[in-house]
Amino acid sequence: MTATTPLGFGERARAALADPGLARALLSIRRGWPEARARAIARLPEFDALRDHGREIKDHVLAHLDLYLERFEEAVRASGGEVHWARDAAEARRTILGICQRAGARTVTKSKSMIAEEIGLNDWLEANGVTPVETDLGEYIIQLAGQRPSHLVGPAVHMTREEITELFSRHHGTPPRERPEELVGEARKVLRQRYLEADVGITGANFLIAESGSVVTVTNEGNAELTHGLPKTQIVVASIEKIVPTMEEAFTLLRLLARSATGQEFSTYTTVVTGPRREDDLDGPEAFHVVLLDNGRSAMVGGELRSMLRCIRCGACLNHCPVYLAVGGHAYGSVYVGPMGAVLSPVLYGIEQARPLPEASSFCGRCEEVCPVRIPLPALMRYWREEAWRRRLAPPTARFGMRLWRHLATRPKLYRAATAIAMRLLALLAGRRGALARLPLAGGWTGTRDLPAPEGATFMRLIGRRMR
Amino acid sequence: MNEAKNEILTRLQRALVTDAEEERRRAVAARLFHHRPVLVPARAQVEGEARIALFTEMAEAVQTEVARLESFAEIATAASRYLRRHNLPQKLVAAPDPMLDAAGWDRQPLLRVRRGNAGPEDAVGLTLAFAGIAETGTLMLVSAPERPVMLAFLPETCIVVLPLSRLDGAYEESWARLRALSPMPPRAVNLVTGPSRTADIANALTLGAHGPKRLLVLLVPEPEAPVTEAGDDG
Repeated sequence: MTATTPLGFGERARAALADPGLARALLSIRRGWPEARARAIARLPEFDALRDHGREIKDHVLAHLDLYLERFEEAVRASGGEVHWARDAAEARRTILGICQRAGARTVTKSKSMIAEEIGLNDWLEANGVTPVETDLGEYIIQLAGQRPSHLVGPAVHMTREEITELFSRHHGTPPRERPEELVGEARKVLRQRYLEADVGITGANFLIAESGSVVTVTNEGNAELTHGLPKTQIVVASIEKIVPTMEEAFTLLRLLARSATGQEFSTYTTVVTGPRREDDLDGPEAFHVVLLDNGRSAMVGGELRSMLRCIRCGACLNHCPVYLAVGGHAYGSVYVGPMGAVLSPVLYGIEQARPLPEASSFCGRCEEVCPVRIPLPALMRYWREEAWRRRLAPPTARFGMRLWRHLATRPKLYRAATAIAMRLLALLAGRRGALARLPLAGGWTGTRDLPAPEGATFMRLIGRRMR
Repeated sequence: MNEAKNEILTRLQRALVTDAEEERRRAVAARLFHHRPVLVPARAQVEGEARIALFTEMAEAVQTEVARLESFAEIATAASRYLRRHNLPQKLVAAPDPMLDAAGWDRQPLLRVRRGNAGPEDAVGLTLAFAGIAETGTLMLVSAPERPVMLAFLPETCIVVLPLSRLDGAYEESWARLRALSPMPPRAVNLVTGPSRTADIANALTLGAHGPKRLLVLLVPEPEAPVTEAGDDG
């Protein structure tokens, strides 16, 4: 477990809300992906049934994870590859650097991997004399900009076209190009050379197949294929929960993945690789390594967070989250953002550091509604809230407020009397405007919005009248 | 290194091992060796012309061009016509697969054809698909010495030959056919659904991010039976 980033949600969220460029970018997610997803699902009547299958596959794997991992390792060996186990981020980084050094690597190409982000691989390689080059266009952009991804699927989704024009011109020494296809063409040319020079290619994995020791990658650009097809050494870095039993199960999950992520029927490139190049093959790596990362996951298997390990990283929970869509990914200060990040980040950084993330939820439940493998995200965020409470991590004023509320809520008569008084008082304070711009002790809430004043009687009184 | 493996597995076993350990092992073996029937969408369960129509519709929806040829020997002519239409030089690199010997290269003397793998300087690659999958208009390319992978990734234009007998409804059918040939999958199985694309710049869909900008699928009948030597009736 490594904390490589400052979390600290509040300040970043405030800054994000004041950024008009970010607001425009987030608006384009809100208008684009959820609608595309809805259209794709409308075309596939079996989608909901597939979600049940997806959940069942993942639950079965998690209940037998030790056995499937051993089987996967055997199968990779049988195909001529090697498996390395890493308990934490530091061990994974050392293992990968070791492979790169033994291969005499000076540059490595990388195809988008959240696990590489999680272990902070780029900085580590760079510090040890190996130059990493991101090849997913979004990852390449944020690597040039010195940033981190703000979305699971679209890492540079927060950046405007103007910013990218300026960035490319500065780094490539080219005249500023404005049309997206010119910018894509320029990146294509620059990166093509990098692919051909690279000594090692590093990819993540969407699925690992226990049956055959295969690794499944999904891209739209074709960068994973050039990353594992051209260099002499291929390294796959993946977390242990990526295992599925057979190809058939992977393809059931793949029917869910692209539709949930971008609303595509299927991603442009789904590639299944098994071991190094075979005899007489004209391309493919000579050495094939898989680094399996635990980093806190084996502890989740036996606990209340097990269902989080079903996640297939589609990003649907981000695209439908009112909090994510307001503040964007960087506000979370973590590799994993949005609702899935609010559950996973406390595992990686500790709840002491990550406490604000599970708090930053309206509990509207849309994340659970759209999750392709039906992860109960609100319940898992609530788990962390309770955990934070038990560990007395909330500030004293919040704890005092909660205790006060509990005192009232467990005494119905007192509660009713207090709420009836409070309602009249609020209505009086609001006057004819019907809303309060400021309220003592609730400055955090009224600082950014008006509190509508209550009208009429309390719920208990209304229902009491009806029942009479 | 083994220390890490042992520690991870021990932690998992502590959480997972039950009294019915035999049962757990049996459940895993059952999944691995008896491939479970999965839910195949009704859409994918079509045959004949309806299957071809679905493949074409789904492929065209993701900017793949699809052309249906009368005979296998028309491949060279169709490729040449396509290159002319896109103002590309009459030059391509084709997979060394012997099946493509019957593509009618001699009918197009002006088309320069090299057989082998694509390099960075090649503008057009032509290869042969192991399967087509109608469900999503997807091609399944399977690596082999005679079908190198880079043909479909390095050139800006990619042409894929798909014999109609290899067009399946769903992914699972293609995997079952592949597994029947060899229990271990080949080095790379590439499922290709349209030309390369990205929306990473300003959310604008742009083709040709790293892989091909253009993808043409030639739907063809099986090649005419080659002239066999006397005594060889295999």
